[in-house]
This record gives sequence, structure tokens and C-alpha cells, in this order.
Amino acid sequence: MRFFEDMAVGDVAEIGQHTFTTEEIKAFAARFDPQPFHLDEAAAAHSLFGRLCASGWHTACLWMRLATDHRRREDEARRSRGEPVATLGVSPGFRDLLWPNPVYPGDTVTYATEVVELRPSASRPDWGIMTARNTGTNQRGEPVLSFISSVFVERRKAQQS
Amino acid sequence: MPHRHWEDFSPGRVFESEPRLITRDAIVEFAAAFDPQPMHLDEEAARAGMLGTLVASGWHSCCLLMRLLSDSFLSQSRFMGGPGIEEVRWLKPLYPGESIRARATVLEMRPSRSRPQIGFVKFLFELVDSTDARVMTMIVSPMFARRAMDDASREGMPSL
Repeated sequence: MRFFEDMAVGDVAEIGQHTFTTEEIKAFAARFDPQPFHLDEAAAAHSLFGRLCASGWHTACLWMRLATDHRRREDEARRSRGEPVATLGVSPGFRDLLWPNPVYPGDTVTYATEVVELRPSASRPDWGIMTARNTGTNQRGEPVLSFISSVFVERRKAQQS
Repeated sequence: MPHRHWEDFSPGRVFESEPRLITRDAIVEFAAAFDPQPMHLDEEAARAGMLGTLVASGWHSCCLLMRLLSDSFLSQSRFMGGPGIEEVRWLKPLYPGESIRARATVLEMRPSRSRPQIGFVKFLFELVDSTDARVMTMIVSPMFARRAMDDASREGMPSL
């Protein structure tokens, strides 16, 4: 993770891609979101989505997975250059999450994140709050996910600047 | 077929799920799949983090809430999915061994302008621990079928 001071509004990163299979769509839904339109092709044909589609939580959880993997790769590169690595803190939440189009089996979603706001924490001087706009786009260029997240990011201490 | 339609909700109505025990293994298994950060995977590594102890991923809380509400009132309703989530707040860490419940309170009702056979119900969803302290809150407006949709399909018309 970069330190809070090393981030800038407008920084964009493509964090990775994921192809959703029928098997994993059904397995996720059976576990966490057991709606007929995520579990059964025949039931899904009569739903608003027209055919079997992934749980929106599944689409969103893959963003989290790929964001975490992306940060780990960045941290490894920083350590190999002998640079310090910042700690990623907790998140107070997210807002304005939209699933504008369903994710169907075989769809490949490309995920990205963009820094939209940076502000120091008023109550915790060692931390800043980074707000990001996160997106997922399918192979046809259609948006399938967007949301605004906030997370605490470690600030540089005097000896690290 | 589930019996509760959009017309059967009303502002102020509250639905509660059964309690569910959240084990350390469940927290680690979810994190390994979807949120592999040290604070969700390993007690030792979590000590260096902001909270200093192992806690569940916030996305795990979202998924548990969805499952608890699915097993309670959503499975008895003509639930049609949701276009998004207005807001999620992670208020308190979810620790291993905690027993949680989900609560849904109806805030508002709105018919769909473009699709007369469905309507939106705006909810406050809450995930609470064994002391009734709120772990997470969510504001969301999912879609439900109106009675007219099922009346139409019984008469042999297309359901949508």
C-alpha cells in the first residue's frame, strides 16, 4: 500500500479481471444469496434478468478480492526496491453502489479503482481517509458495478518522509 | 410460490432473522476467497493491523446479512433483486464467536414508473450482535412483484 501522502486525486488503477462461471455463480448464491434467479436457469428465465445471473454481492466481492491482490503485488514490488509499505486500515463503509447490468455466466469483468478524495483523519493523526470510485465493466464495455468506498490509509511518519 | 407481494409491505414493518453463530473458521474461509487481508486471515498478523485482532471482512457481513434475510422474509416474498445499495456503514468489528441477527425495517414504498408490475421497498437493514449493538447498517431499495404480475401470469399472459 502507498502511504496517504503518496496518493493523489485522479490516480486510476486497473486491478484485474474475473470470468464468472455457472458453477461459481450457483455456489456463491447457494451460500449467501439463494434467490431462484441466481440458482436455477428455468426460474431465472421468468425473472427480471431473463436468465441466470450472478449475485450482485458476488460481483462486488470479486472487486474486493482483486483489489487486495493488486495491493499485495504493489507491496511486494515496493519491498523489493527497499521502500516502506503502508498499512491499510479498516473501512467505515461505502455508498452509491449500483449494479447497472447483470453479470451472466461466461462474462469477464474488468475492475478498476480511482481516488476521488483524500482527507486527514480528524481523530486519528496517524491515518488519512481515502475515498475511491470503484467500477466493474463487462467484455462488451457495459458497466456492471460502481460504488464509492472509504478506507483508512497509514500516513508517513517523520522518519519515512 | 412466495405469497408476500409489494402491496403487503408497509412503512414501519419490522422483520427479524434467526440468530447465527459466526465462527473463526467461517471468517477465515470467506476472507481467503474474497478479502485476503491479514486482519481477516490470521490472529498473529492481525496484531499489526489497525484493530489489533482478527475480525470478519465487512463484505462477509454484507453476505451474511443477505443470507439471514433470505432465510427469513425474502424467501416468503416475491423478491425480484435490487438495482444497488444506497449506503453501507460498518459500525463495529465482527469478532469470531459472535452471534448475529439481521433486522429489516420498511422505510418507504414506491411503485415503479416504468414497470407497473413491480414496486420498490426502501429498507433499513441492520446486522446486530448478541448485545443488540449494531455491527452494520444498510439502506437499500429492492424490487418486489406486485399482485398484478402474478394475476397476469395466472391468466396465461407473459409474466413480464
